[in-house]
Amino acid sequence: MMLSRVAERIYWAARYLERVENTARLVSVYDNLLFDLPRSVNIGWFNLVVINSGTELFHERYRIQDERNVVKFTLADDTNPSSMLSSLLLVRENIRTARDVLPAEAWELVNELRLFATHNIQQGINRSGRHAFLNGIIEGCQGINGLMEGTMSRDPAWDFMRLGCNLERADMATRLLDAGAAVLLTSDEDDIAGLEQLVWGNVLRSAGAYMPYRRTMRTAVNGPDVANFLLSDEHFPRSVHFCLERIAAAASHLPKAGKQHRSLKLELPPYSIENDEHLGQAFRDHLNDLQLRLMEVHASIAENWFLHDN
Amino acid sequence: MSIDWKQYEPGNFFDELIDPKGRPRTPACKLAKYLGDLDSEELAKRRKMAEATIQEMGVSFTVYTEEGNIDRAWPFDIIPRTISRQQWEKTAAGLKQRLKALNMFIDDLYHEQRILDDKIVPRYLIENSKNFRPECVGISPPHGVWAHICGTDLVRDSDGEFYVLEDNLRVPSGVSYMLENRAITKRVLPELFENDNIMPIDDYPARLFDTLASLSPRRVKQPEIVVLTPGIFNSAYFEHAFLAQQMGAELVEGSDLVVGDDDRVYMRTIGGLSRVDVIYRRIDDLFLDPEVFNKDSVLGVPGLMRAWKKGNVALANAPGAGVADDKVIYAYVPKIIKYYLDEEPLINNVETFLCEDEKQREYVLANLDKLVVKPANESGGYGMLVGPHSTKKDQARFAELIQANPRNYIAQPTLALSTAPTLVDSDNLEPRHLDLRPFILQARDTYCTTGGLTRVAMKKGSLVVNSSQGGGSKDTWIVDTEVK
Repeated sequence: MMLSRVAERIYWAARYLERVENTARLVSVYDNLLFDLPRSVNIGWFNLVVINSGTELFHERYRIQDERNVVKFTLADDTNPSSMLSSLLLVRENIRTARDVLPAEAWELVNELRLFATHNIQQGINRSGRHAFLNGIIEGCQGINGLMEGTMSRDPAWDFMRLGCNLERADMATRLLDAGAAVLLTSDEDDIAGLEQLVWGNVLRSAGAYMPYRRTMRTAVNGPDVANFLLSDEHFPRSVHFCLERIAAAASHLPKAGKQHRSLKLELPPYSIENDEHLGQAFRDHLNDLQLRLMEVHASIAENWFLHDN
Repeated sequence: MSIDWKQYEPGNFFDELIDPKGRPRTPACKLAKYLGDLDSEELAKRRKMAEATIQEMGVSFTVYTEEGNIDRAWPFDIIPRTISRQQWEKTAAGLKQRLKALNMFIDDLYHEQRILDDKIVPRYLIENSKNFRPECVGISPPHGVWAHICGTDLVRDSDGEFYVLEDNLRVPSGVSYMLENRAITKRVLPELFENDNIMPIDDYPARLFDTLASLSPRRVKQPEIVVLTPGIFNSAYFEHAFLAQQMGAELVEGSDLVVGDDDRVYMRTIGGLSRVDVIYRRIDDLFLDPEVFNKDSVLGVPGLMRAWKKGNVALANAPGAGVADDKVIYAYVPKIIKYYLDEEPLINNVETFLCEDEKQREYVLANLDKLVVKPANESGGYGMLVGPHSTKKDQARFAELIQANPRNYIAQPTLALSTAPTLVDSDNLEPRHLDLRPFILQARDTYCTTGGLTRVAMKKGSLVVNSSQGGGSKDTWIVDTEVK
């Protein structure tokens, strides 16, 4: 039977790995988005910091909210615990202390990815090499996930990876939607018309959801459909609904040890999105509620399997 | 430029690969020819490749420094060291003989103490030993074996013979590096494995598993075996994780284990508490159980000794096994072998002077500039005096230390350690001194690794091979020269 400590480390390794990939995706999408925005639109790089809840820390470290500082903070800063490099280090440290239950190659791939990231981080900070660098990171993460998918037994270690990965994904989907809503709320009325499609299109791309959305929804990119897709689609692997289903499925395989477990089956609070009116402040509040619910899921996971009072 | 073995100068030392006339020794023939055909650019490339491989494989060890613990890449030299199969088989037989006798000795010390009554080993040596554990008296571990895993350091003198330098019976480390060195070499010099008869070494984890499984108190098909590590900051953490992974055992820390009211050991799992049968512990005796030993230990498990004494869990190595891992006891090992097995030792000791003996002490004090002085109970090359490389001040300090506590010191002649060609700078081969640490297992059966971990002093003329002191390592090839 798997050690609780090991289960916890596997879970966090998966969460951090997902965070590394998501951070790389986010920066990459911002990179594209800002080329296309009209100059008058007042969203900037700093939104990346806001999405990742890093505002305070950023201000402790930097004065100017420019591209260079934001990208540095988001990708490379080792004083920022959710920077990409920090997350990658935590992937490695967690796997290092749980190596015995993972495929040996996973350890090597993580080391390779970390070496690649640290050796080439400057490319990520400078604009010219950024695209290739971020692609390298995303591919590295997918390589590791692919290795696990292809070689890991479907045992508890696998289930804990799924718990971590899906929780992080669900969380990221809510943050992406919130970022989109925030941009539109803070823009001038005049700009919004052309802006909406651009913003929601990029929200989809950040989640790798652009093509799946087009195929599933069979409609142009628009706010309500994008929001519904990323919240409730039954088949797309990064929608909140899908991730929660996976979490419940993974949890159902895990032992109960005679304890009364808190349920991980989370009912989404009802919030209906039919038109752009529904994507305002109430929507952002709804997303905030969702994030709080996800934190409860984490607390339940910890209580069910990681904590012991003998 | 390619390698010209005629230019290679091992001096008066026995070189593992090249004989005094500059010809490769038999087990090194194919290797020397192959290396001779590589140009210096290719050699430098292979070396780079090895460095990259080590980083990718994450092979590391931790060095303790004043600035904190640093995780360093494993230092590795790509030129393998070769030994012929016939010579190795003889050596392995000697190592097994030695461990068997040492285990009988330990078991005797914790029971009748016949060897002390018969005055083969002086009683006061045991009474003064830091590593004799009165708590272990009367305990009978399975198969009468206390030291299940032993790492014995061998050196080759200028006569080409192997000598035992010391036995490590507490928590010997290095075997994972032996295995990783081979994995690296296979990636860096793959061509050689096709046409040379290099004997495989990779059965060690399986043999270790069998050894541990045979100690299980429960006769179950799948006993629960765990590797107990002090944690991530220990210098050998890499090895603990590696062995657990290779054996499919759980890697646990003290806080993962708990001893129940039934005096059984359990681990905290996602399904609740689960019984543990065998603990391969990589924690020193004194930290194992705060109820019995060091009260402040947070690394250990309260009640572990209780569970072990009742036979509810096996500990490998058993607590108290270190009593035979003492550089003063070492001097008596040839007599110990004779006493218990009635056999002559197949491998000799290095000549050893015991400072507690007045006459020998006088000799040591008069010859500090020529001898190597070692404390009886340190490992890792700490607290040693290498006479010929020491200052007058060092010697004076050691003279004081010896006089203050003679029981704690031994001295040995400075050995002419053998050498092997080692890559220095990027493409230059020079002789460097080395030793060899094979690993021997004993439970129901005995087993010895095919070769061992070769450690090499990377500095010119240096005899210090410990990785904590700047030593490196090499892959060790036992070559079957009789198969065509």
